Amino acid sequence: MKVIIIDDEPLAREIVKEYLQSTADVDLVTECSDGFDGMKAIQQYQPDLIFLDIQMPKINGFEMLELIENPPAVIFTTAFDEFAIKAFESNAVDYLLKPFSRERFDKAIQKYFHHANSASTRQLLEAAASSPLQQSRIVVKDGNKIKIIPVNKIHYLEAADDYVKIITADGIFLKKRTMSFFEQSLSAFHFARVHRSYIVNTQLITRIDVYEKDSHLVLLSTGEKLPVSKTGYSKLKEVLGI
Amino acid sequence: MVNSILSDKRLRYFFLAWWLLWTLLQYIMLRQLNIDQTHAITDSLISNILLAVSCFFISNNMKYYLPRREKYWYILVISLTVSFLWMLAQQAVMWIIFKESDNYGDVIHASWSIRFGAGFLLISSISMFSLLWYSQQEQKETDGRKIETERLSKEAELFKLRQQLQPHFLFNSLNSISALTGSNPEKARHMIQQLSDFLRGTLRKNEQQWNTLEEELNYLQLYLDIEKVRFGHRLQTEIIYKDEILSFKLPALLLQPIVENAIKFGLYDTTGEVIIKIIAITEDGYLKIIVQNPFDAETSQPFKGTGFGLSSIQRRLFLLFARNDLLKTEKDKEHFITTILIPKMANDDESQKRIEP
Repeated sequence: MKVIIIDDEPLAREIVKEYLQSTADVDLVTECSDGFDGMKAIQQYQPDLIFLDIQMPKINGFEMLELIENPPAVIFTTAFDEFAIKAFESNAVDYLLKPFSRERFDKAIQKYFHHANSASTRQLLEAAASSPLQQSRIVVKDGNKIKIIPVNKIHYLEAADDYVKIITADGIFLKKRTMSFFEQSLSAFHFARVHRSYIVNTQLITRIDVYEKDSHLVLLSTGEKLPVSKTGYSKLKEVLGI
Repeated sequence: MVNSILSDKRLRYFFLAWWLLWTLLQYIMLRQLNIDQTHAITDSLISNILLAVSCFFISNNMKYYLPRREKYWYILVISLTVSFLWMLAQQAVMWIIFKESDNYGDVIHASWSIRFGAGFLLISSISMFSLLWYSQQEQKETDGRKIETERLSKEAELFKLRQQLQPHFLFNSLNSISALTGSNPEKARHMIQQLSDFLRGTLRKNEQQWNTLEEELNYLQLYLDIEKVRFGHRLQTEIIYKDEILSFKLPALLLQPIVENAIKFGLYDTTGEVIIKIIAITEDGYLKIIVQNPFDAETSQPFKGTGFGLSSIQRRLFLLFARNDLLKTEKDKEHFITTILIPKMANDDESQKRIEP
């Protein structure tokens, strides 16, 4: 079984390594100190199992998983015991709260062998996608590069089949998610779904015009114009507090 | 229980002097009206002793019962009633003493209006005075309670703000120690020592307490040493100060959360080596502390995400100094800079003296 450890703290990697030494059938192929290295290593070695920290430089563990085509099985190792864990509790192979004992670690490995065929990381991500956390940024793949978009740099989002187009000053990015996912995850950041196909950053709105009966147009400070439906208009008024 | 009017020594003498003066005045007036000495003395003493008793009664009454509504009407009515009773008592006593042996009863009878006027004037003044006195006492008590409540809630809030910063650091440090026990037990023991000292400092220190910059920097060093074990060579620190400002005082535990925030920011926003620079200087009587960490302007999250550490520091500075302008942040392309200003401690000339010997 091929294993990779991804954690930004050297000593945290060391203890997993130590515990792995006495586990049978394990081939520790490499270890990484951040999500970017982690992604590359996963693509290169195609491991069966990764030990993944959540809080890491640049992109966190969840964000890294989102960017991988066929993610391997995951055991989270983290000091976080916040709500984020709850969403993954039933879907990750296991999660280890730091500091953890050898017994607890062995149990997680056992769980992996039992679960190897049932719960996949794909399901885990789907579960996460259906219960979006409030995120203050969105991580997307732009060719071979990874782009981190802080939500305040987004102009608006537009539906595009299975994807959502994210329109920013730096360009347009695609992310495989639903509109309702973003509607929820951006609700805390002054975004409003003004139309079936549009979610707009309300802080950029400079004008709202009447367009036809029951519909409006919003004008953004960036020059873009977006249609507003009847229900969208009431949502917009709610967000703007008018 | 509120303080009675007579609990004030100076007021006691004042009332006594007032009473003597009033008695003397009545005596002189009676003499001027050709009343003989015995009658004049007896009359003034009896009237004024009864008057004092009435005033005492009315004032004491106010101590236990303060009218809330219609207080001025209450005073008028009670003063009129007591004055009337006082008149009756006066006449009765005089009648008992002098019987009908002479015609002094007629004198009293003829002067009822002036007596009533004078008595009413005094009694109503005393009631008014009592009303104000006890209202003020009550106000003082309420204010005292309010200040106490505010102090307690402030303490609780400061405690909470401090607690929020700990758990993540603590669990990760314990995990590092756990790793070290296998590979390097000596170093593990050392780190346990440092962690214990750090935690002891957090527990022992009172938020309201002021410590010297030297003490706070030593405490900060403990924290930095632990973080360096956790993050290895990635984390570098640089602390710049002049020895003569080490005795400047600042509130306990203010520095560490700012540095903690800078470290978190620096470590999670960049992937390379992280240099945290801490500069302490004095400027216009303020202690100025500048903390600088690297960051990536391109990908940094909106302030909301990383701002927790700073907003709690902002709140603490406000609770301590009632000012919102002591914390400032600025950024250039690669650095995020947090600056705090700490005013010189009130009523403390010591620190200043030590700076300029």
